[in-house]
Amino acid sequence: MKPMQHTITVLVENKPGVLARVSSLFARRGFNIESLAVSVTDDPTMSRMTIVVLGDDSTLDQINKQTNKLIDVIRVIDYSEVPILDRELAMIKVAAENSARAEIMQIVDIFHAKIIDISPATFTVEVTGNTDKVDAIERLLEPFGIKEMVRTGKIAIARGTHTAIS
Amino acid sequence: MVQSLIDHGVEIIFGLPGGQAIPIYDALYDRKDLINVLMRHEQGAAHAADGYARATGKVGVCLATSGPGATNLVTGLATAYMDSIPVLAITGQVRTTALGKDAFQEADITGISLPVTKHNYLVKDAKDLPRVIAEAMYVASTGRPGPVLVDIPIDVSFAKFDYEPVTEVNIRSYSPIQGESITEENLNAAAKMIAESERPVLYAGGGVVLAGASEELLALSEKTHILVANTLLGKGAIPETHPHSLGMLGMHGTAYANHAVDKCDLLIAVGARFDDRVTGKLAAFAKRAKVIHIDIDAAEVAKTVTPDISIVGDCKRVLSLLLDKVEPRGETEWNKQIKQWQQDFPLHCPSDDSQLYAQCIIERLWEHTKGEAIIVTDVGQHQMFTALHYKVTKPRRFLSSGGLGTMGYGFPAAIGAAMGCPDLPVFAICGDGGFQMTLQELAPSLEYKVPVKIVLLNNRYLGMVRQWQELFYNKRYSGVNIEFQPDFKMLAEAYGCVGIRIDKMSEVDAAIEKAMEINDRPVILDFHTAREENVFPMIPAGESIEQMMVNRPK
Repeated sequence: MKPMQHTITVLVENKPGVLARVSSLFARRGFNIESLAVSVTDDPTMSRMTIVVLGDDSTLDQINKQTNKLIDVIRVIDYSEVPILDRELAMIKVAAENSARAEIMQIVDIFHAKIIDISPATFTVEVTGNTDKVDAIERLLEPFGIKEMVRTGKIAIARGTHTAIS
Repeated sequence: MVQSLIDHGVEIIFGLPGGQAIPIYDALYDRKDLINVLMRHEQGAAHAADGYARATGKVGVCLATSGPGATNLVTGLATAYMDSIPVLAITGQVRTTALGKDAFQEADITGISLPVTKHNYLVKDAKDLPRVIAEAMYVASTGRPGPVLVDIPIDVSFAKFDYEPVTEVNIRSYSPIQGESITEENLNAAAKMIAESERPVLYAGGGVVLAGASEELLALSEKTHILVANTLLGKGAIPETHPHSLGMLGMHGTAYANHAVDKCDLLIAVGARFDDRVTGKLAAFAKRAKVIHIDIDAAEVAKTVTPDISIVGDCKRVLSLLLDKVEPRGETEWNKQIKQWQQDFPLHCPSDDSQLYAQCIIERLWEHTKGEAIIVTDVGQHQMFTALHYKVTKPRRFLSSGGLGTMGYGFPAAIGAAMGCPDLPVFAICGDGGFQMTLQELAPSLEYKVPVKIVLLNNRYLGMVRQWQELFYNKRYSGVNIEFQPDFKMLAEAYGCVGIRIDKMSEVDAAIEKAMEINDRPVILDFHTAREENVFPMIPAGESIEQMMVNRPK
């Protein structure tokens, strides 16, 4: 079976060491993490991880079950079958001199991105969107010379009334 | 902490002190209601707690200091983790303000033990101790059991606070059985699949023993005349003397158990996890069979073998519900076929009297104990000889490191078992290699008058490795000759124990009888066995039944 990207959300106790428990499990069971984003939720005792993993269906099944077994894991939600909203944020420092400046500003405009810092030689661009969109602007800015780039990794939430806690 | 343990029914602790554990030992000093067994190495403490847990069904508790004390527990924890044994490990730790500063005897034991424990805790506030101990005991013993470690910095263990017992545990992120699927639909489907099968086999693992589901399993087998193959840890799940028992399956399983599994059209796995030592080559394992998988751990379902029906739940409950659903059935052609295999491929002992053979010694031991003793094995050839030739009649009477295969496990685990079950004779069947890894525990067994009988099957080789080298590495015996070894009779005597050396088959009975009469100290029965005997049957690793060797290849 072909490995596919899957997005899962893991609700965990907001305690020291929980991230290590999850990442150690992934490492020792040979699960591939493509990206991982963690932060506290509206309930301060709970943190939420969005993990993008690469694997076939049976790997995903094991990831869900093994992660669920960790004592500090409250819930694992597999978003493969659910319509979701997903976003990433990236900050891209791109070379921007003379004639390039106008062209970059056009690209930024089309992507509804923002220029959040400016220097004589560079722009720093902030872009938010799904992974494809961030990939696309990265590709377009590449020819100008990307000096530095940072991405948050994907975060996801279900569409409609459906929530992770319910 | 000590009061918490007592409030949770702990009666015995196996441990060894050290700087950061002194406040805990200080608290133990006044408690005559808690037996505190001073082991001689922390690994021995962990194995003893494990042996105690396996034999009694209660949580076994071990205790060590920080740093090296804690790291010495790790092998024992990994052993317990692989075999789902409820063990609570308590470790001392450097003071909270020194954590992370590379203090003397500091080791990040919660980090180190992460992959080999069901859960672990670092307690930073003394007031959390009663809750943490309550949670640790609960997590260790519920659902699929496993070891839990609690790490206690020294400032936490000497802090004073008002103790209030914690009797109720509420962990929102933990439910003992996740993904339970005991439904009418599932049970009916399983009963129907059983009714429709022509060649069914039950495959019983350690989960049956842990769940206390032996009666239900036997009842199911008797109602349907489905025969039972057991794993190493499933020994005693049903009496192996029962006509429905096929003994152990897998790499060193009986030929008839493996033939039955190979030819079956329905395999009913109960509390078993399709370990590679059972399945061998996965694609060829029970390839004609539909599979029903009953297990308490949803993560075991479809981990290696994808079943046609899975029922996630406590085996005891599932089996008793399934028992009501299945139609009774009598003996069939299939039963006759299996009986034929039993006649065609019997287990046998070498008949030549010029040398001592492990198999024959174990059969004599069975005659003397009628399968009623607690048998603890170490790991290696002797373990497989015992698994094949000692027919276990009750659950929790056969203890062995199955998943991890820990040499050095047998003797200290036997001490734990003997202290947990003082009314039963306990035999530690060990090889000369494994016994030398933990023999320092002779001292505490003498001190606490633990009459473990050590059946040392001494072939002066690391025999299982030698067997592989003989069969698969052109007899290049590399790193296996351990002729250079102590005189075990004198060693026993040096410790104040009893040692007997046996060289001839004619001396075996008398030696076992003598050992059984001694009730206040360990006995070492040093059997000098045939050096190059092999365990057969054997299916080479990763192969199928087609490659099974029933005898030594010519």
